[in-house]
Amino acid sequence: MEAVHHLDHGHEHHPAGIMRWVTTTNHKDIGTLYLWFSFAMFMVGGVMALVIRAELFQPGLQIVQPEFFNQMTTLHGLIMVFGAIMPAFVGFANWQIPMMIGAPDMAFPRMNNWSFWLLPPAALLLVISLFVPGGAAAAGWTLYPPLTVQMGMGMDLTIFAVHILGMSSIMGSINIVTTVLNLRAPGMTLMKMPLFVWTWLITAYLLIAVMPVLAGAVTMTLTDRHFGTHFFNAAGGGDPVLFQHIFWFFGHPEVYIIILPGFGVVSQIIPAFSRKPLFGYASMVYATASIAILSFIVWAHHMYTVGMPVAGQLFFMFATMLIAVPTGVKVFNWLATMWKGSLTFEAPMLFALGFIFLFTTGGLTGIVLSIVPLDVQVHDTYYVVAHFHYTMVAGALFSAFGAVYFWLPKWTGKMYDEKLGKLHFWLSFIFFNLTFFVQHFLGLAGMPRRIPDYALQFAEFNAISSVGAFGFGLTQLLFFYIVLKCIRSGEKAPARPWEGADTLEWTLPSPAPYHSFETPPVVK
Amino acid sequence: MYKGLRRSVALLFTVMGGAAHGAYQLNLQEQQTRIGQDIFDLHTLILAIVAVIFVGVMGVMLYSIVNHRKTAGRQAVQFHENTTVEIIWTIIPFIILVAMAFPAAKTLLAMRDASHPDLTIKATGYQWKWGYDYLQDGVSFYSNLSTPRGQIENKDPKGEHYLLEVDNPIVVPTGKKIRILITANDVLHAWYVPALAVKQDAIPGFIREAWFKVERPGTFRGQCAELCGKDHGFMPIVVEAVEPEKYAQWVAEQKKKQAAAQLDPNKTFTLDELKAHGEKVYAQNCVACHQANGAGIPGAFPGLAGSKLVKGPKEAHIGIVINGKAGTAMAPFGKQLSDVDLAAVVTYERNAWGNNTGDLVQPGEIKALRK
Ligand code: HEC
Ligand SMILES: [Cu+2]
Repeated sequence: MEAVHHLDHGHEHHPAGIMRWVTTTNHKDIGTLYLWFSFAMFMVGGVMALVIRAELFQPGLQIVQPEFFNQMTTLHGLIMVFGAIMPAFVGFANWQIPMMIGAPDMAFPRMNNWSFWLLPPAALLLVISLFVPGGAAAAGWTLYPPLTVQMGMGMDLTIFAVHILGMSSIMGSINIVTTVLNLRAPGMTLMKMPLFVWTWLITAYLLIAVMPVLAGAVTMTLTDRHFGTHFFNAAGGGDPVLFQHIFWFFGHPEVYIIILPGFGVVSQIIPAFSRKPLFGYASMVYATASIAILSFIVWAHHMYTVGMPVAGQLFFMFATMLIAVPTGVKVFNWLATMWKGSLTFEAPMLFALGFIFLFTTGGLTGIVLSIVPLDVQVHDTYYVVAHFHYTMVAGALFSAFGAVYFWLPKWTGKMYDEKLGKLHFWLSFIFFNLTFFVQHFLGLAGMPRRIPDYALQFAEFNAISSVGAFGFGLTQLLFFYIVLKCIRSGEKAPARPWEGADTLEWTLPSPAPYHSFETPPVVK
Repeated sequence: MYKGLRRSVALLFTVMGGAAHGAYQLNLQEQQTRIGQDIFDLHTLILAIVAVIFVGVMGVMLYSIVNHRKTAGRQAVQFHENTTVEIIWTIIPFIILVAMAFPAAKTLLAMRDASHPDLTIKATGYQWKWGYDYLQDGVSFYSNLSTPRGQIENKDPKGEHYLLEVDNPIVVPTGKKIRILITANDVLHAWYVPALAVKQDAIPGFIREAWFKVERPGTFRGQCAELCGKDHGFMPIVVEAVEPEKYAQWVAEQKKKQAAAQLDPNKTFTLDELKAHGEKVYAQNCVACHQANGAGIPGAFPGLAGSKLVKGPKEAHIGIVINGKAGTAMAPFGKQLSDVDLAAVVTYERNAWGNNTGDLVQPGEIKALRK
């Protein structure tokens, strides 16, 4: 359609209104769509989290019944992972990758359009599944059989949603890989690419490798449900644990899919606000690659209690511990970048520092969890819930907020309200810790996850956690307000609002022109 | 709600003031087994190491934040890439990890050695209760949550062991190596008792093992740890450890009780006898899904009140209870229940909640229909 535009209407004519967004092939429009979609899903998933936390505020059943509670935990997980976090980072990729490598747009603009527009139907399937007989899938976001075989048609809708989301991710990834490998400006060698682009390139490969695996797992569930196969049914010669192996072969790389672009964002922000280049660029690239490779051989650390042979447990324990090495390299690099810098603490920097603090916490509890005898104690308890929220919420979400504040001036041409941005950070940081820190104690003391009601000794920390969760949820409305205020009435932003930012997007005016680099810049 | 809020705010201040005390647990539960104690110590060791790392890393970050800020007049010193430093900070974490791996592997190997047990008990996870078979002593029973509904629905004050209490706890002798063979009947469950340091998934169609050896008498509470459907949060595990003599006594009592409870399958029962017994069987095995009023849960579990199948020919009704229905939560109860229990529960269903068929099913009919 791009070519047609050039011939028929000249450059700046686009369909107006809703059709502009439905038919757009522009990387910035699509990036915007991804980001708003992700925010909407963040709200939906967030409301589900609050239903969960409201029920858990006190012992006893007050607000929802157990079967609905299970639907909430399941949908909260699926929606946050596939609807909120992943699309948010694809949104950043769409906006930023062409600008950061000096390209005019993504390599496959029409496929780009389609990979976005597959998302709303998938999200709709998930939400609609709440209203079909039997309700939504209630087997947890990990969808372990045989429970999934017992579910009603909500499960089928979930399976189709996962298929569609997978297609969208694969197309998005092909687009990113092709763009990065082919559309870089002259002189921009791979080892000159900004780290955000590097992390996304590696993430895209991970996605292409593992999304089909997930699709296979849920398809087998579908045929077990309806067509009499017995992949996961021992009575028919199958094995329920087989599903877990396949799922986590997808699922472990998936957690790096979620976190690597966040690493990328932080690796842009820290140098910019330290006014210093990244300390070890090459080692950061290698660390990212090694994390990605290792992520394929650690999956069974999610399954230490299924009863695998000791040799298996030892292998997965050692491999998992090994991941701490490249992850440590990343953290040390960020610290060395800040060392003897000239630091300022605008909202993006605050979120990046919050990221380091919280992600390190989550990483260190990850070391505790990698050790089989300890994991066996806290597996499937709130300790694990705390751990993965420290890495995923604090990791992915905090870096996403950092990214929004960092690039918002470039996207909108206006500055956000710095005071409110800082307030958003501090409230998020405090309420996040209030919600999740105490969950470590709950898990150590033995409170299982995914239960709607609990013994009395868990009451205090659950109450604290719920208060924190509501605070955290409400704080995000402030974020919404800050973004709207920026778009409506922010002060005009210069081309390069951050003194230390030196990647290519800052050479473009703010807001960035509709087509990023029509003549490629030359990188020295 | 308000009370909870006040309590949590009060607690917040206590915790922040560092005055955490016994009422809420901040660490793993007190361990009752040698292995558990080893695991506890391993956790303390690892936690200490990661805490030191955390303080070190955050200390460096804080130092930069305080001292290297632009407002303090700092100019950035432009340095980057230093191979020596980068090699050092790759090697040192590696060495720390190797140091952690040794005690971890040692504890793991000890933990997994279930050989030479003194006593073997099979634990089976059901939706939503546990079944236990003492393989040597020939005792078998089911263990259901005993917390009354009223407490869960906030109508009555909650008892001390709210949700962690059962009708029939599993009793074991102290000082003996107990091996638990763990499996499941329907979906995944997990047998988890924190104080005994045991957690093992229960997988339908497979048998897994775990073991423990309790030194002192006591009662230890745990619960199912793998999402298993609606009442996942309501299938606790209670282990009572008693001295070996008391254990022998308990076994003898159980056997007597079991013999006394055994209803003669050759007897012909009256309708009232069957209904009365059937109501009990229903309350233990069916109520979680089909509900006490027989109305089920729409969309998930069918109602039995007014059900065509229940009011129709007996054979179809008996058939689904014995054989279950593959691919649904309706399990085959033929394996779990005796002929008398099955006859009674079917009779009960055919005559309760307005299903006044007047039918009566004798144990002999069940026996004839079993394959
Ligand atoms: C874990 C949940 C669960 C438990 C416990 C359970 N059932 Fe069911 N039951 C179901 C489900 C689900 C179905 C519907 C199966 C289907 O799709 O046809 C069902 C169907 C039935 C039916 C057929 C109803 C009809 O109208 O088609 C009968 C009769 C029945 N159950 C009896 C029992 C009895 C007796 C017990 C106790 C011994 C019991 N159930 C325990 C879940 C359960
Ligand atoms: Cu269970």
